[in-house]
Amino acid sequence: MKRQRMAGLVIATALAVVIAGVTGAGIAGAAVGGQQKKIGKGEGALSVLAWPGYAENGSTDPSVDWVTPFEQATGCTTTVKTFGTSDEAFQLFNTGQFDVVSASGDSSLRSVANGDAAVINTKLLTNYSDIARYLKKQRWNTVAGKVYGVPQGWGANLLMSNDAVVKPAPTSWGVVFDKNSPYSGKVTAYDSPIYIADAALYLKSAKPSLKITDPYSLDRKQFNAAVALLKQQKGIVGEYWSDYLKEQEAFTKGSIVVGTTWQYVTNLVKADTTSPPVTAVVPKEGSTAWSDNWMVYRKSKHSNCAYQWLNWITKPDVQAQVAEWFGEAPANLKACTQTSDPAHCKTYGVDDAAFRKQLSYWTTPTKKCLDGRSVACVAYKDWAAAWDEIKAS
Amino acid sequence: MTPSGLRRRAARVLSRHGNLRLGLALGPPLTWLLVVYIGALVALLVTSLFRLVDDPTGLITKLDTTLGLDNYRRIWNTPVYGTVVWRTIRAAVTVTVVDGLLALPVAFYMAKVASPWARRGLVVAVTLPLWAGYLVKGYAWRALLDPAGGALKEVFGTSPGFGATSTILVLAYLWFPYMVIPLFAGFERLPNSYLEASTDLGAKAGRTFRSVALPQVFPALVAGSIFTFSLTLGDFYMNRIVGGTNEYIGNIIYRQFSVDLPFAAAYAMVPVAVMVVYLIAVRRTGALEEL
Repeated sequence: MKRQRMAGLVIATALAVVIAGVTGAGIAGAAVGGQQKKIGKGEGALSVLAWPGYAENGSTDPSVDWVTPFEQATGCTTTVKTFGTSDEAFQLFNTGQFDVVSASGDSSLRSVANGDAAVINTKLLTNYSDIARYLKKQRWNTVAGKVYGVPQGWGANLLMSNDAVVKPAPTSWGVVFDKNSPYSGKVTAYDSPIYIADAALYLKSAKPSLKITDPYSLDRKQFNAAVALLKQQKGIVGEYWSDYLKEQEAFTKGSIVVGTTWQYVTNLVKADTTSPPVTAVVPKEGSTAWSDNWMVYRKSKHSNCAYQWLNWITKPDVQAQVAEWFGEAPANLKACTQTSDPAHCKTYGVDDAAFRKQLSYWTTPTKKCLDGRSVACVAYKDWAAAWDEIKAS
Repeated sequence: MTPSGLRRRAARVLSRHGNLRLGLALGPPLTWLLVVYIGALVALLVTSLFRLVDDPTGLITKLDTTLGLDNYRRIWNTPVYGTVVWRTIRAAVTVTVVDGLLALPVAFYMAKVASPWARRGLVVAVTLPLWAGYLVKGYAWRALLDPAGGALKEVFGTSPGFGATSTILVLAYLWFPYMVIPLFAGFERLPNSYLEASTDLGAKAGRTFRSVALPQVFPALVAGSIFTFSLTLGDFYMNRIVGGTNEYIGNIIYRQFSVDLPFAAAYAMVPVAVMVVYLIAVRRTGALEEL
């Protein structure tokens, strides 16, 4: 009897500890902090949460390292954690363990709404004026006139195809959505809820009757059409990818011959002599694109180091290094003269306004339609739920 | 006081107080069991009763910690989640049956036919793959199965490619030792005299196996099946390596973990429930008592 009561007490204690932990995580972050006034002395430490390739410290490739020089210049000992998806980034940034994050548009607004992101005092940023105008004060990094994200770089989601198999080279996303595709089983698609926007972008021109104007503001009917298209697409998809190395391998070996990609993956495949020739284009419907922004945790204990990081990572020479390693268009236009490949910025369409015009940058869908319509739009949470339906069906 | 004096005094106290001795011996492992093991399960259960509530923009969600069954209702009312549960259970059953059919003759040969030398060699051969990591074996199979230029394609001209079949194939390979080892032990415990008696009474090999050997090793077969069934039920990563677009319960939990934690927790309770049902069914057969 006594023993039973003892066991009960232990279980109750364990339960209490666990519940306290779970609920505590949910309540964190209610107060609003002020803007940083000046960059003071560094705190000696910085924790960076980044897409793989944004914060290289030589551990991937000893010759690729812009974190160590940062540490030497500022005294901020930097730890780097990488993430694989925007959902993961949002969730990890919310834990409060990281001072800065490289957020894509499909997670940035969630972090702002959740109270995780600090308003950034752009007056403290030494390179902000050199950053391309078309990246600043955009809907994915600025809310109610307040800047929450400092642009890092951007890139389009291209349509890549294996030249030896896919003939003629496709000029429309239709090739990855056609249920009678001759490439059935060898098609790939990006494994993230935000890929629903790719289907919507295709429907925008393929099915004008749906009247889609913006692939990120879809009412229920438009959304359902995009989801139905993706369910149909699943029948011809061989593998989805979110890890770019997996896509690179599949294209190199030939198990995948057509699908959405990043310029960086294309470069890797092209650089591999054992790989079949590939072509990557922005199809006639246009493309979705991503624009990554550095955000600072609102209650960061290392905000001076965080601002120093913002200034470091947006320096022209560092921007050039990152852009070439990561495979993106640099946000700082002065970086274009410092890339080792003088054509880098041209390859990525930095100065090409016509190219940029074809792109719809990732942003986080909300209930209030982003394109200004008065109807209700489908919010990101439902995008994520629909992705389950598509992937697991 | 000298250290040796302290030790002597502690020994005296311990020898006088039996309960204290017991408490010190069992305390740490029991705490571990309750807090880490049971605690984690309780946390899972409690989390699954929470829910996420939209804010007006639908942009973010807040955790509502009033307990309720909303997540379970969503699982019940969304057909795709049921489909995935059945798909996973079917895969677990298939892997178990395949492993059982393959392991029975292998284990019998190891225990009853092979020479002591060959037996030792076979035990090593069966358990050797356990020395290599899950991912190593997974990616090795990916190289074998690759529909474009994988080893199977090159040598045999055909490959199942990446898909549901390949996942089951690789999982059956991975969990095979967990089926062989208990069966091997089961056959070793089976006295040779039983088999001899059966033969003396005129039974052919097949009859002896069915009527004498199999009933004796049934508990071992059940023990092995618990491994193969539960390991498959909880697996999700092999789908990402060789499964193409195939998904199991675990793939959904993995994805929902960073989107909707309470829902992921609720969905994680499904395989727990399936295992409980499985273990109760196994208990009914009486196999557990004979182990």
